[in-house]
Amino acid sequence: MISFIQQIVNGLQLGLVYAVIALGYTMVYGIIKLINFAHGDVFMVGAFTGYFGYTLIKLPWPLALVMAMAVCAIVGVLNERIAYRPLRYAAPIAALISAIGASFFLEYFTSLKFVFGPDYIVIHPPVPDITWIIGGVRITIVQVIILGTVVVFLALLQLLIFKTKMGAAMRTVSFNHDAARLMGVDVDKTISFTFAVGSALAGMGGVLFGFAYPELWTFLGIMTGLKAFIAAVLGGIGIIPGAVLGALIMGQVEIMTAAYISSQARDAVAFAILIIVLLIRPSGILGRNELEKI
Amino acid sequence: MDKKKQVIMALASVLVLYAVLEALMMVGIVGPYWQEIMRYAMVVTIGALGLSIMYGFTGQFSLGHAAFVGIGAYAAGLFNLTFRHYGILAFLGSLVVGAVVAGVVGYLIGVPILRLKSDYLGIATLGFGFIVTNGLQNSDKLIPALGGARGMTGVPQVQGFGWYYVLVLIAVILARNFIFSTHGRACTAIRENETAADVVGVSPARTKIMAFTIGCALAGLGGALYAHNIPFLHPDSFNFLESINYLIVVVLGGLGSLTGTVITAVGWAFIWEVLRLVLGPLYDFRGVIYAIILIVIIIMRPQGVFGGIEASCLVPQIKRRKTHAAAGD
Repeated sequence: MISFIQQIVNGLQLGLVYAVIALGYTMVYGIIKLINFAHGDVFMVGAFTGYFGYTLIKLPWPLALVMAMAVCAIVGVLNERIAYRPLRYAAPIAALISAIGASFFLEYFTSLKFVFGPDYIVIHPPVPDITWIIGGVRITIVQVIILGTVVVFLALLQLLIFKTKMGAAMRTVSFNHDAARLMGVDVDKTISFTFAVGSALAGMGGVLFGFAYPELWTFLGIMTGLKAFIAAVLGGIGIIPGAVLGALIMGQVEIMTAAYISSQARDAVAFAILIIVLLIRPSGILGRNELEKI
Repeated sequence: MDKKKQVIMALASVLVLYAVLEALMMVGIVGPYWQEIMRYAMVVTIGALGLSIMYGFTGQFSLGHAAFVGIGAYAAGLFNLTFRHYGILAFLGSLVVGAVVAGVVGYLIGVPILRLKSDYLGIATLGFGFIVTNGLQNSDKLIPALGGARGMTGVPQVQGFGWYYVLVLIAVILARNFIFSTHGRACTAIRENETAADVVGVSPARTKIMAFTIGCALAGLGGALYAHNIPFLHPDSFNFLESINYLIVVVLGGLGSLTGTVITAVGWAFIWEVLRLVLGPLYDFRGVIYAIILIVIIIMRPQGVFGGIEASCLVPQIKRRKTHAAAGD
């Protein structure tokens, strides 16, 4: 029983990291219906920037976290400006291919020797190595930091979306671009802002990921990003609570499969669950099934 | 030009191209290394034609195409490994086995998941692709010859470029005949508007499953050739990134253009080598340049390089009805 609770704690740690990345996917999909393939790579940039922040520049880690978020926000906005905006009203697949191109660009550019380099980097997390044992379950300080940071930022995001003018604009644009424009919303600015927020969250996820799984390389974003994306789809893409719910489920499924079935099968089981959920609820767990109007 | 003349001209130029390539190989201008890439280009072309039918003509998004190439490759490899004493017959048999196995798997997976639409279908196929790679990685527990994560070796190799070239030709003709048949027109109708197609009596479920199965079978044929071109099969050669490559080829070529698919597939197979020749000491930048090329092309031509363009020898002549001619007189 204790080992089972321990696995739940581990799954929660993974799920919370997925959650902050999944939020970026879901926000961008909600607003421009684009699978932003480069989002996982923005997450990777965040992990590296944070790492260089508290090693090279020797910032305290909360500042390094803020720096990584800022850098990622800029990367995300530039990405949208250069690769997606020219294709906003073209066929969706064109923007998807452009996103794949942007993803390749970030991966290959950062693996150049004068950027982050092609090698694996092993991190020593800049936090004291403290572990609490509560009723036999080990809880590390990294897990507490992840839980605290993610919960705080989720609350901030909720406030941003439902209590501010920009949040109202984001919700409007996600309904209908033209109607939003008629209501005086600056659509381009709102989309840029959405990318900035989503990418900053991914950057935060990157830094926290580095604490929890201290090995980085520049192609890290492919698999982690994909899983986070799957989590967003599982919960219902475009719906913010859905992304968090899907991510928490993904985290548990992965850790539980690794612990009780086979660690090699963790991806296969996660994806099999995804396919089954999609077949039963085609628009995700919290997604609404939209009827097609003719 | 007369349709018959056009087709004859096209076939003639295809033969001449083949003769030139063979001559270049015989003289030694095109060495073994480039020959392998030429054969690889043929493999990619056949696989991409499959995705072109599924996505370009029927509109069914797939992010797991390489998985079907992989299924074909492993099935064909296993077949040829078992029956290798039969020489070229085993090779021909393995081509059929690769295509059929991939087609059957495609049918079985297509029946449930083709109910999903656009992005969701892409995500389901992506998930299926991961399950296949994961399964192949652990395949040695069931069939030791498949090698699992260590990869499969020992499949007899076929190096005659002629086989590959002829099979591409057959694949192109098959794809063309399918697309301009009644069933192919049904596929295009589904792509344009599923509801409207349904209303005029085209069954969306049947048509989609048919296109998906044919596409997967072509992917399997490509995979079967892959197994005979590269002596080492590994699950990672058919992973998600490889599926993305097929998608890039089909979309950059132009959705709904066979000509575009073929030309882009061949061009894509060569681009890394060309970048290596061109960049020289700046070889480290190849990935960055590749990414920039991709973004620039798609921004300049969102409909694909050959979007809306089809070589005239592939398009059948429209038969004019007598009544029209009479009205014109």
